[in-house]
Amino acid sequence: MLEATEVAVEFASRGRRARAVDGVNLSIGAGEIVALVGESGCGKTTLARTLLGLERPTSGQVSYDGTPLSYTGRRLRAFRRQVQLVLQDPMGSLNPRQTVYEAVAEGPRIHGLPDEEEVVASALSRAGLRPPERFFLRYPHELSGGQRQRVVIAGALALSPKLLIADEPVASLDASVRGEILALLLRLRDELGLAALVVTHDLGLAWNIADRVAVMYLGRIVESGSTEEVLTNPQHPYTQALLSVLPESPQRIVLSGEPPDPTRIPTGCRFHPRCQLVAAGKGADACHTTPLPVLPPTTTGSEVACHLAQVPTPR
Amino acid sequence: MSLLEVDDLSVTYRIAAGDVPAVRGVSLSLDAGEALGLAGESGSGKSSVAMALLRLLPRSARLDGRVLLDGEDVLAMKWGRLRAVRWSAASIVFQGAQHGLNPVQRIGDQIAEPLLVHRLASGAQASARVRELLEQVGLPTWRARSYPHELSGGQRQRVMIAMALACSPRLIIADEPTTALDLMVQAQVLTLIRRLIAEHDISLLMISHDLSVLADVCDRLAVMYAGRLVEAGPSSGEFRHPYSQALAAAFPTVGDPASRLAPRGLAGDPPDPQQLPGGCAFHPRCPVALESCSSTPVDLRPAGERRTAACVLVGEDRARGN
Repeated sequence: MLEATEVAVEFASRGRRARAVDGVNLSIGAGEIVALVGESGCGKTTLARTLLGLERPTSGQVSYDGTPLSYTGRRLRAFRRQVQLVLQDPMGSLNPRQTVYEAVAEGPRIHGLPDEEEVVASALSRAGLRPPERFFLRYPHELSGGQRQRVVIAGALALSPKLLIADEPVASLDASVRGEILALLLRLRDELGLAALVVTHDLGLAWNIADRVAVMYLGRIVESGSTEEVLTNPQHPYTQALLSVLPESPQRIVLSGEPPDPTRIPTGCRFHPRCQLVAAGKGADACHTTPLPVLPPTTTGSEVACHLAQVPTPR
Repeated sequence: MSLLEVDDLSVTYRIAAGDVPAVRGVSLSLDAGEALGLAGESGSGKSSVAMALLRLLPRSARLDGRVLLDGEDVLAMKWGRLRAVRWSAASIVFQGAQHGLNPVQRIGDQIAEPLLVHRLASGAQASARVRELLEQVGLPTWRARSYPHELSGGQRQRVMIAMALACSPRLIIADEPTTALDLMVQAQVLTLIRRLIAEHDISLLMISHDLSVLADVCDRLAVMYAGRLVEAGPSSGEFRHPYSQALAAAFPTVGDPASRLAPRGLAGDPPDPQQLPGGCAFHPRCPVALESCSSTPVDLRPAGERRTAACVLVGEDRARGN
C-alpha cells in the first residue's frame, strides 16, 4: 500500500552531507503492522517523516497505492487523510489550551468533513474513550498519560485513515498503560483493517504487535522479515547483538562505541567497525571493501545485508 | 548491621490544594555490597524515596520515619553533617544526564568538584583522581577537558557515574540511570554499573520503571504502588503480587509465544495520590480483587522464601498450603 523505493534523504550538517536515510526499500501492506527498529540516529524517524510526505527524498520515491507521492496541493492533502501520524509525547502533540473535542475535530475541519460531532464521538470511542461525550470538554492536563495518547490516536482516526505511522507510541507512557495502547493498535487493525508502521527502539514492542520487523542501522535496513524470523532467528550480527542485550538473553554481545556519524559512513559494510564477527577475526575482506546492495522490500521471507550471513533459502 | 535501614518512611508534599501523600510508610534495608532495585511507575513515590534518603526534597516536603545510614539517622542530621554525608557516604546518579551536568564547565572540573568541596584532595591529587575515575568508567582521560555537549548521552551518563564514585561512597543511589539511553548504550552502562559495584564493594539502590533492567543488576527487587511497597523479594524468584506480575508482563520476553501479538497491561491508570482508593490502593485495577479488597487495607505479609507481598490472596494461598 505504502512503499518506499530506493529512498535516500540527505541533510547539510556542519558543512558536510549527512545521509540520514541512505537507500531504503520498505513496503507496508494493507492491514499490516510493520515495526521499524533501530537506535537513535539510525534514520528511522527521518524515514517515517519521508513516508508521510513531510520530507522530500533526495533520491528514490515514495508511492501510495502504486501512485508516486505528489508534494503539492490537493493530492498531498488527500494522501495526508489516508496516512496519519501518531507522535511519541502526547503532552507535546496536544495543545494544552484546546479541549479534547477541538483537538480531535481539527483534522475533520481542515478536510471539510460533514457531521463533525458524530465523527469526533466515534473516533473517541474507537480509541477507547467511552462514553465520548464525557471527554469532549476536558483539557489535556485533566487526563492521564494513557488517555492523552488515546486522544492523539482519536485525532488520527477521525479522518478514517488506512495507515498510521506511530513514532515510539508508548515510550512516554507508564509500563502498566503501554499494553492497553498496543492492544488498541491491534484491535484497530482487526476491526478497521488499519495498517501501521511503528517506529521504535523497543524489540519487545515489536514482538508484541508487529507482523514484520525491519532493523535499521546508519540509514539502511540491514535485516527484515517476519517478526518470528527476525527476532527468534536473527541473521545479521547487528540484530543478533541487539537481541543479545535483552535481559532474558543468555549471552550478551555488548557492542562498543556508538552508532557512527551519518556524515562519515564507513566504506564496505557500514557496520564493520562495530561488528562483533569482524572484531573476533571472523570477518571477510569484503566487509572492509565491498558495499552491500540495498535490500529489496520483502513481503514474504527475510532479507539480510551481511557478507557473512548465509543467504536465506527462499520459501 | 545493614548499611541502609529505612523505617516507616513517609513523604508528604504540602501544596496549595492540600497534602499529597507521595510515600506512605516504606521500610526497607540494604546490606553492605548488596544491590536493591526499586520499581514503580510515575507517581508511585519511588523517586521521592530516593531523594528522601539524602534529604534532597523541596521544602514543601514533610518527611516522617527514620533513614539510618550506617546507624546514623539522616533525617535528624544537622546541615553540616548532612553535607558531609552527601557524596562521601552516599551519592546519587540522576536520570537525564543532559540536565545533571553544568553545560559551561569542563567534565574534569565537574568530577573534581566534590573532592575539592569535601577537602578530600588537593588540586593536583584531584586531577589524578579524575583521570583514574574516567578510566574506571571507560572514558579516555583527555575527555576531562571536554564540555558536556561534546559527549553522547551514554558518555554523559558515564561522567555522572564517575562523579558519584569520586568520594568513594559506600552507597550509590541511581535514579533511572539508563532511561533515556539506547538499547546498546544502556547495556554498556549496566555492564559498567555491575562491574563497579562488584569491584568497589559498593551498595546500590537502583530505581527504575523497568523491572527487567533492575532484575539484571540487583540481588533483590522491591515494587512500589501508590506510595507503598507492595512486594519485595529476591530478583530470581517469581512475583506474587498481581501488580508486580502485571508490571513484569508489560515488558514481554522476545520469543515467548504467550506474548506474541498479545500485549498485556492493566486497565485504568495509576491513582492520583490525593484521591487514593480505599482498602488496597490497587483494587480498582486488580484483575483478581475480592470484595473485601475495597475496604480492608493490606500490609506486607510473608509470601515465600525471603519474600513479602501486600495482597490478601497471598495469605489465602498459604492457608491452602500452596
